[in-house]
Order: sequence, then structure tokens, then C-alpha cells
Amino acid sequence: MELHKLSLIEQLEGLKKNEFSSVELTSHYLKRISEHDEKLNSFITVTEEQALAQAKLADDRYKNKQSLALDGLPIAHKDIFCTKGIKTTCGSKMLSDFEAPYSSTVYTKLDDMGMVMLGKTNMDEFAMGSSNETSHFGPVCNPWNHEYVPGGSSGGSASSVSAELAPIATATDTGGSIRQPASLCGLTGIKPTYGRVSRYGMIAFASSLDQGGVVARSAEDAAIVLEGMSGHDSKDSTCLKLESPDLTSNLKSSIKGMKIGLPKEFFEKAMPAYVEKSIQEAIETYKSLGAEIVEVSLKNINLSLPIYYIIAPAECSANLSRYDGVRYGYRCENPKDLEDLFMRTREEGFGAEVKRRILIGTYALSAGFYDAYYLKAQKCRQLVANDFSDAFKTVDVILSPTTPGTAFKAGEKSDDPTEMYLQDIFTIPANLAGLPGISIPCGENAGLPLGMQLVGNSLEEDKLLQFAHSYQMNTEWHKQMPNI
Amino acid sequence: MNENLKNWEAVIGLEIHVQLSTKSKLFSGASTSFGALPNTQACNIDLAMPGVLPVLNEEVLNMAIKLGSALNANINSPTSFARKNYFYPDSPKGYQISQMDNPIVENGYLDIETEKGSKRIGVTRAHLEEDAGKSLHDDFEGQSGIDLNRAGTPLLEIVSEPEISSAEEAVAYLKSIHSIIRYLNISDGNMAEGSMRCDANVSVRRKGDPELGTRTETKNVNSFRFVEKAIQYEIERQVHEIESGNTITQETRLYDSQKNTTRPMRSKEFANDYRYFPEPDLLPIILEKEFIQNVLEGMPEMPNEKKERFVSQFSLSKYDADLLAADKDIANYFEEVVKISNSPKLSTNWIMGELSAELNNENLNISDSKVSSEKLGQLILRIEDGTISGKIAKDIFEKMWSSGKEVDEIIQGEGLEQVTDDKEIESMIDEVIANNPEQLEQYRSGKDRLFGFFVGQVMKASQGKANPKQVNDILKSKLEK
Repeated sequence: MELHKLSLIEQLEGLKKNEFSSVELTSHYLKRISEHDEKLNSFITVTEEQALAQAKLADDRYKNKQSLALDGLPIAHKDIFCTKGIKTTCGSKMLSDFEAPYSSTVYTKLDDMGMVMLGKTNMDEFAMGSSNETSHFGPVCNPWNHEYVPGGSSGGSASSVSAELAPIATATDTGGSIRQPASLCGLTGIKPTYGRVSRYGMIAFASSLDQGGVVARSAEDAAIVLEGMSGHDSKDSTCLKLESPDLTSNLKSSIKGMKIGLPKEFFEKAMPAYVEKSIQEAIETYKSLGAEIVEVSLKNINLSLPIYYIIAPAECSANLSRYDGVRYGYRCENPKDLEDLFMRTREEGFGAEVKRRILIGTYALSAGFYDAYYLKAQKCRQLVANDFSDAFKTVDVILSPTTPGTAFKAGEKSDDPTEMYLQDIFTIPANLAGLPGISIPCGENAGLPLGMQLVGNSLEEDKLLQFAHSYQMNTEWHKQMPNI
Repeated sequence: MNENLKNWEAVIGLEIHVQLSTKSKLFSGASTSFGALPNTQACNIDLAMPGVLPVLNEEVLNMAIKLGSALNANINSPTSFARKNYFYPDSPKGYQISQMDNPIVENGYLDIETEKGSKRIGVTRAHLEEDAGKSLHDDFEGQSGIDLNRAGTPLLEIVSEPEISSAEEAVAYLKSIHSIIRYLNISDGNMAEGSMRCDANVSVRRKGDPELGTRTETKNVNSFRFVEKAIQYEIERQVHEIESGNTITQETRLYDSQKNTTRPMRSKEFANDYRYFPEPDLLPIILEKEFIQNVLEGMPEMPNEKKERFVSQFSLSKYDADLLAADKDIANYFEEVVKISNSPKLSTNWIMGELSAELNNENLNISDSKVSSEKLGQLILRIEDGTISGKIAKDIFEKMWSSGKEVDEIIQGEGLEQVTDDKEIESMIDEVIANNPEQLEQYRSGKDRLFGFFVGQVMKASQGKANPKQVNDILKSKLEK
């Protein structure tokens, strides 16, 4: 039996009915990883031993009729989530040998539900990048075509799930790092409302934008794991004081009569014909399912990219100050004095993109520039959020492409940061406004998948998943898997 | 140079860092107790491990609100935190979580007593922030050690307006703040352990000059006396520099208590653009009116209120009342003593006299006194009710101090009760007179001052126990015979 062809929900059923054991399921994935990942490079660490031990415990619990909610299901974790006693590198030389002394809330919650960690996935260094080319551990291949990037920063998570080396993976999204790689690898990727998922133990890039989520093969699979990850955490002051939402009960409800907004500012711009065609087909599908299509205006949306590239670097410039070679992580050899220790540790430990963003952020916060950059960006951020609130007075979700196109070739944009930054033009606004967003596969071009994005109102992940699921019940795009 | 000072005036502002006496740190659950082995009280959050997040210890809000009320200040709501960015090994995150806009306490004042009377000093703001760790430069050859036990300890930084005009005023202001934080029980205010630290901004200008001079900041002066000396030194130094034709450099200086001088810190240590921005890991805090009201209902009587009460309730002089009320523990001790002794004046004298002397001698706080307030009250009661004389009381006090015994135990054990029986005193006097016929003759022939001699002899004969007034009266009548 090809266990990896089963959906996560089918795997859970299989485990419950004792059709196969968690050890069998886990071993099956570990075997696939050892066979295929040398090429893809989607994992930084494979935790074979721990995984089999966890799987064994899950099997025991099934035998003793004490099984947990997601017992025995394998999962891959982005290497940004701290896992006690296991390397957590954040894709950086700075943390290449770092073993966290504690576990992130996301890991702990899923572990408490019995999920089996297969390993830690590759990512852009400190989650800064859109191609997974900035990782200290080397680039990740797109399973659909190895010459192409998988997107980033959660490139390893997307690549591993797309290649069916893991049935699902955690990921994080600061400006599109879940949705963009999901789009480029043909997956369903959801970033919930800011504050839904605890950031405790999730290594910070830009604190007011970072949010954990999942990449999966369907909305249904994504729903059960996201439900498990969500909920209030007293260790994160920005985590919403709400119980974990019910994301599954409403999944199969009809979307008939609900409204989809199309932001005219997104559709006014020229987009590649294949993107336009895929989006139009998706719109037609939704119409046929009874949804109503409405034009909306997000008049400040064009400010999103500049706002993002002030706020995210500003926050990262402070968040990454702790990597100074004093307490843990990389330390330069034979520092002459304190300043040399700081300077060379950071010069040698960080890659070019991380340094670029620290410099931009430091500049934007400097005396004399703060008002013109950071303060103004924060004000404009509020304008973007207001545009969304206005739009959600009339529509249920907002639809657009996830990315400007399908995956690009490795190396194609790595010398041009501004071109690379444009990858996130459709995804960034949801981070600025703290809103949930999902990318679902809706087409292809030249053998590479393409996603559409739905953005929902605050706390309406259930509605996004409902829209995604009803689409997936009527289309086949999400079932396409690459031939590795 | 001192003569020239008369033509100058000083403009002084103080920044006082008060370590709040919470059990755990400002943003983590680690303990704040003093003196533990290095790095045993630093958790993952204090160590700034990747991925950790701050969670506010809400106890500090109560403390700051109380201070704000004692300083007649506004409590800001919302109040918010900011990151202050700088690299230093004892600052684990590379930034300090502090407050910039919307500090919790703003626009207050404090009245201090000076030689020229009462003076009002404005308090610009008081904000919450976390303390840094410590760099230990002397423990390892060629290397520095980092102790992060103190990292994350809550501080309130209280910033005054530049309205202080002399070193004496600065100390009066500092002592007043010290008294308030001790009353509020929000800090132990121990300057030697660094629970209260003071930075002084000092500039000078010629009297009448509307322009402010260039200021220097003198850092971390760790006693009241040193604050006074450091500021005085800095005023005189600045006047001397300007009168010698030099200019003052705006800089941070360190006070050297051994040499009684200030010297500039290396410029690298403070030339920073702190790049403040709102702390994204903590949301702004809304302080509801009812919440503030609840906190204020728990406010204790403050030093000024207590002083007024002591004057009216116990008929103490303002001077005595001020001395007693300045320290909460002394004031409490005093009230307990009075409760038993019923003599406010005598109790004041004993506390300020004998007790203070012993405490100073052994460098003890009143709360650690070897003679409890109850025992001292009993002692004073025995003076008041005539059981013992004041002189004997001093001896008994010494014994109580060293043995820990009760006053009555010592009186009975050593037979020290005052002799008040007229007949007994008479017979002692008769004996003294009989034994000193020469002096008697001289006295009777007009040498009046020999009266004291006889008193002394009688007291000696009674081992100090005879009631002095009775001795006087009886002796006088006998000698006149």
C-alpha cells in the first residue's frame, strides 16, 4: 500500500482502525526521506530515532485504547520552531549547532496530541527570503522541477509535503512565507489570524507580523492540525485570549450565497495570461457553487510592500541583536576584544540577506529617520488594515492570485532583492492587517503549479477553510502531485 | 574657589533607578533575590534564548501606580513598552525593554525641606524597565564574566525636572524618594546593594544668566553621602573649568569615591543611538479606573501625613516628628513603644539617643534591633512609673541589648528597683552625714556647692537606686538642721 497517497485524515482513520501502525507509517516516510531528500534538501535534520520512539508510544496508546487526538500522525516541523534537545538552526550558520533548551508551544501542543516529528525542515535564513536560497544549509529544490525554487521562507516544509516526504508540515508566515511556497509547490497553506498560534519558541523575525501555520495537501488536512496548534498561550502576550477554534465542523457547509471580493487594485495590473486564466476559472467555479462575486477596493494596498520593508527589517534589526556570540550559537575565533567579538561573530554568522535587512531596519529606526520611516509606515499600516475592514463589511473573503506567477528558476532572482521582494506583493497585506490567508492550488503553467489566495476577516479561518474545501471538493488541482 | 561659587548657580536633575521588590523578574518567572551564585537565577527568557517572549509581571503595575500617587502624578493609560537598542554582553537581548512614549507615571512633584524652607521639585516621569546583568572584569584573567542573575529585574526610573539647585537639595530629594519607596514597600531602597541608584545631571551658569550651561551626567553614585559629594565636586569642577576659560563637554562621568572626583567614561561606552521603537512583543496596557482605584485603596499613610499626625497626636516637635516619620520602620517602632510607655517625648529621646547609638554601633537596621519595641516600651514605662531612675535605665538598657532579657527580669534579678521608701533613704543619708563631718561643717559654714557631694555619696550608697528627687528633698532638710 502506498501510505503516502492517503490524506492525513485517511491516515488517522487507518491508525484508528489498526490497518497499519504508526511505526509502519513513520518508517514509510523516513524511507522516502532517505530515498529522495538528498536531492531536494528539504530537511536540515531528520529525527529518525525519536520519530520511531514516538511512533512506538502512539501504537502502544492505540493498543491500550488511550489514543490522543492526532496520535501517531507524522509531521515535519519548520526549523524555526524550537525543539528541546534537537538542533534548531533557523537556517543560519549562527545557530547551526544550536540545541534549544526548551520546546516551542506549537511543537509541544502537537506532541501532546501524539504527532510524530519526522524532522526539521529547511528554510531561508531566519525566514528572510522567498526562494529558500538564503539557507546556510543550501537551497531546496521544487519537487515539480528541480531547477526551480520551492518558494520561501518555508521552502523545506513545502518541498517535503509536495514530494510526499511528510504528510503535513508546520510553517511560518511573516510576509507570505507559508502561502507563497504553497502556491509554488501546489499545496494548501494557511496563515491564521495574528495571535491565533502562539509565537513562543518560534524564532522571531518580525514580531508584529510573524505567525505560525501549516502547509498541507488539502484544506481538510490543514484544518485538523491548525486546530491543534491554535489557542491561547500565557507565554505569548500577543496571543489572543481565545480557545482553539473549531475549524472542522463548518468545513463541509455550502458557500452558496456568500460573497467573494475581488480587489480592483490587484486586477488592474497586468498579470501573466496563465495567471489570469487560472484565476478566472477559479472564479467561475465559485460562481457555479453559488458564491457571489463583488468588486472591492483596497485603495492603499499599493503601499503594502514599502510599509513591510520598513517594519519587518526594523523589528528584525532588534530581534536578531541577541545573536552576539556571548551566550550560545556561533562565535568567531579568537576575538581581539569585545567589539571584535560582536562584529566578527555577526559578520561571519549571518548571511547577506539577513545583513541587508538588519542594515535597512537599523537605518529606519535611527535618530532623525524614525518619524519619516518607521512611524509613517506604522500609520500607513493602519490605513491598509482599515481598507480590509471596510471591504469585509460587504464580502466574506477576498480572492487574488497568491504569487505573480509560478516558481522561478534557482538563481534567477537571487542577485536582485527588489525583484525577489515582489514575490510577496499579494501576500504581505494580510500580514500587515493581521488577517488570515490561505493559498490553494488552482492551475499550472509549463508543469509548475500555481495558487490562488483567499484572505478572510479576523478570526474567520473557518470560513477560509470552508471556501477552500468546497473548491477542492469540485476541482482536482490539489490532487496533482509531482513525479519525483 | 569656594568664594567664586557665590556668583554661580547649579542646575541639577536626578535620574533615580529603583529596583522593585517583586519576587520574580519583570518579564520572566526567575527569582530576583540578591546574592545567589552567578547565572543561577537566569531562565531562558533572561538568557534571551531564540524564540522566547516577555510576559509582564503585573505586580509592577500596582507598585508604579502607588509611586505615581505618592508623587502627585498622572497615571498614563494606555501605558506601553519600547525597545532601547544597544550591544553589551550583560544586555542579553541586545535591547532593553523600557518605556519611551506613555510612561506609566508622568507629571508629578515632590515637596522637600531645605534650610530656606519647603521647595517643590517637579517629577517629569517614572517609567518601568528591566535591569541589565553584570559584567565581572576581575574574576577571570584576560576575560570578562557575565552574571545574568540581575538581568530582567524590574526597575522604576524616576526622572526629576532640572529644578534642584544644590547638592544638599539633591540629597533631600533623594532621601524623600527613598522614604516614599520604603513606605510603599515597593523597594528595599538599599543603595549599597544597588536597589536604588542615582545618576545626576549637573550644569552651572552665572547667577541671572537665562541660558543653561552644558550638562554632564554622573553615573551610579551609591550612597547619600557620595551623591552630595559627587554633585558638589562636579559643580566646583565645572565652575573652575569655565572660569579658567575652558568649556564643559557634554559627557557621562563616573564618581570615584576614594579620590572624591568624577572622571569621564570612555566615549564608546555611551555614544549610542538607542533607536527606540514600540515593543511588538507586548501590547499597550489599559489601566482601568477601577483597577487604579483598587490599588490606591491599599496605599499606606505617607511620610508627610505621618509627620503631621505625630505632631498633632503626640505633641512632638516638627523636628522630632520629621526624624521619626522619615523611616517607616522607625516610625512603626516608635508607635509601638508609645503604645506601651505612654510617653511620646521620652520614647522619642530613647529611640533617637540610646537605641540609635547601639544600632549605628553595630550597623543594624531598626527592624533588626536587639531590643524590641515592646521591650523598650516596658523599660520606659518603668522609668515613668518610678520603678527605676533614668540613670539605672541606661545600665539596664545595655544589659537588655547584650542579653535579650526583659526589663523586669533584670530589675528583679539584680534588685535594681528604685528606693522610694523615705525611711530607707533617710537612714542612708544619716549614715553619709555621719561619715563626713568635715564636709558637713564646711557646708554649714556656707560652702553650698558641697550639696552635690552629698547627693553623690547617697546615690553611691544606694548603688544609684535611690529616687533622686526624694534624696534631694530629704538631704536638704537634714543638712539645714
